[in-house]
Amino acid sequence: MGNTSSMLTQYDIEEVQQHCNKAFSQQEIVSLYERFCQLDRNGGGFVSAEEFLSVPEFAVNPLSLRLLRMVDGLNFKEFVAFLSAFSPRATLLQKIEFIFKVYDSDGNGKVTFNDMLDVLHDLTGQFISENQRKQVLTQVLGEAGYTKESLLVLSDFVKILGSSGFKMEVEVPVD
Amino acid sequence: MSSNQGKLKPSSSELDLDRPNIEDYLPSGASIQEPHGKLRLSDLLDISPILTEAAGAIVDDSFTRCFKSNSPEPWNWNVYLFPLWCFGVVFRYLILFPARAIVLTIGWIIFLSCFIPVHFLLKGNDALRKKLERVLVELICSFFVASWTGVVKYHGPRPSMRPKQVFVANHTSMIDFIILEQMTAFAVIMQKHPGWVGLLQSTILESVGCIWFNRSEAKDREIVAKKLREHSQGADNNPLLIFPEGTCVNNQYSVMFKKGAFELGCTVCPVAIKYNKIFVDAFWNSRKQSFTMHLLQLMTSWAVVCDVWYLEPQNLRPGETAIEFAERVRDIISVRAGLRKVPWDGYLKYSRPSPKHRERKQQSFAESVLRRLEEK
Repeated sequence: MGNTSSMLTQYDIEEVQQHCNKAFSQQEIVSLYERFCQLDRNGGGFVSAEEFLSVPEFAVNPLSLRLLRMVDGLNFKEFVAFLSAFSPRATLLQKIEFIFKVYDSDGNGKVTFNDMLDVLHDLTGQFISENQRKQVLTQVLGEAGYTKESLLVLSDFVKILGSSGFKMEVEVPVD
Repeated sequence: MSSNQGKLKPSSSELDLDRPNIEDYLPSGASIQEPHGKLRLSDLLDISPILTEAAGAIVDDSFTRCFKSNSPEPWNWNVYLFPLWCFGVVFRYLILFPARAIVLTIGWIIFLSCFIPVHFLLKGNDALRKKLERVLVELICSFFVASWTGVVKYHGPRPSMRPKQVFVANHTSMIDFIILEQMTAFAVIMQKHPGWVGLLQSTILESVGCIWFNRSEAKDREIVAKKLREHSQGADNNPLLIFPEGTCVNNQYSVMFKKGAFELGCTVCPVAIKYNKIFVDAFWNSRKQSFTMHLLQLMTSWAVVCDVWYLEPQNLRPGETAIEFAERVRDIISVRAGLRKVPWDGYLKYSRPSPKHRERKQQSFAESVLRRLEEK
């Protein structure tokens, strides 16, 4: 786009910053806005699924369709809030919450065996059979103290993932 | 360039076989160290590396960067700079532009009044006619370059014109062709365009020898490959100029070269072109402007300044595949013109990446899961 003059006012930037709980600095928000405008080619004020998928690096990601459901049609403020889980300033809880939302596709706060199976399917494609997937999942669930019928909630995810110490950060390029 | 409206479609599988493994180039998010140890629930649920890669691509990606126009920084923010800038605008639009338009019109008049007679009257005498037409095409290209006040500096010994030789160059705009054509009458391979450009293509460029392709037709590639081969073998055809990127890139990056030009059994002469962006951004962003608007923009800028380097001719080395040859030449050109290489196929502007890449990631994850399941 090459649109160097940001059309955001200081007031807009502060509003966005508030909305994402200060996960990004003001400069990062300006950069994200440039990026948003670059992706939003038809200028509709939101980035459509087609526009996201035109980024080849995103389109080859196994979880791209799942993420598209979460990010399709968001306006800029919501877009920044969506990305806030990837900020180095985000807490571990926020990151785990994001992962939970990726699994919980119907948004009812509970992750079922099938939800986990679906994500595993996205991740492994045709390289593991459906039965094998079910087997693997049942086995590791059992070892962690859950069953096929268990409904996992956020606190379960916190318990399971809390100790892994994972890193889930992206760097926003600032000129 | 056809406008990029409408849905992207998955790329035909033919296009995939061209590309080396892009995984070697892609930043793999959280440098995926092979996890070890018994498979636990946390390992299955922890999708953070893949999510990080996806978010990284949303925030910034090397493909989009290739097609970003570089508008020059505005410098007229000041009490005395602003009037200077206004004066500059007035000068450019009201004095330079009309003068250039006149020069270009004169050029066309001269050209057409020579070309049309030569073309029709010398129909019998082919050798002479071709020679004259070649000179005339070089002439009209010089007029074009003059109409943008083009300052083109040519470097390097120009390879002597021999048969079995093709020229390849990086591609920023259709003016690349005009700039090179004013020095040597090349035959060129281009996408057939609509409008006045298409008219020029079918009449005048036919005389120097042109090959048309159509990006959207899958079978087209084989036909074009055949035509390329025939042309390059012909002894008195003009040397072919090929832009292996297949699309216009913004002169800061280079996308993957298509192997078509490198498997003709000919010597490949690389040409590197670099525009000086202080004067004008010569990148033709076909998604944003038509070619006419692009030309008008050039004609109302101060100048088009660029460097052209003719580099040492290269041959296929023993044991080298066409793709490796293409990459090697791309390297030579990118280093000379200061371009950063990205592992993407330019045609991804018009189609989606093949599922092969996603499948590779899926396969490696699946294998790691199954392997760790066995461990105790």
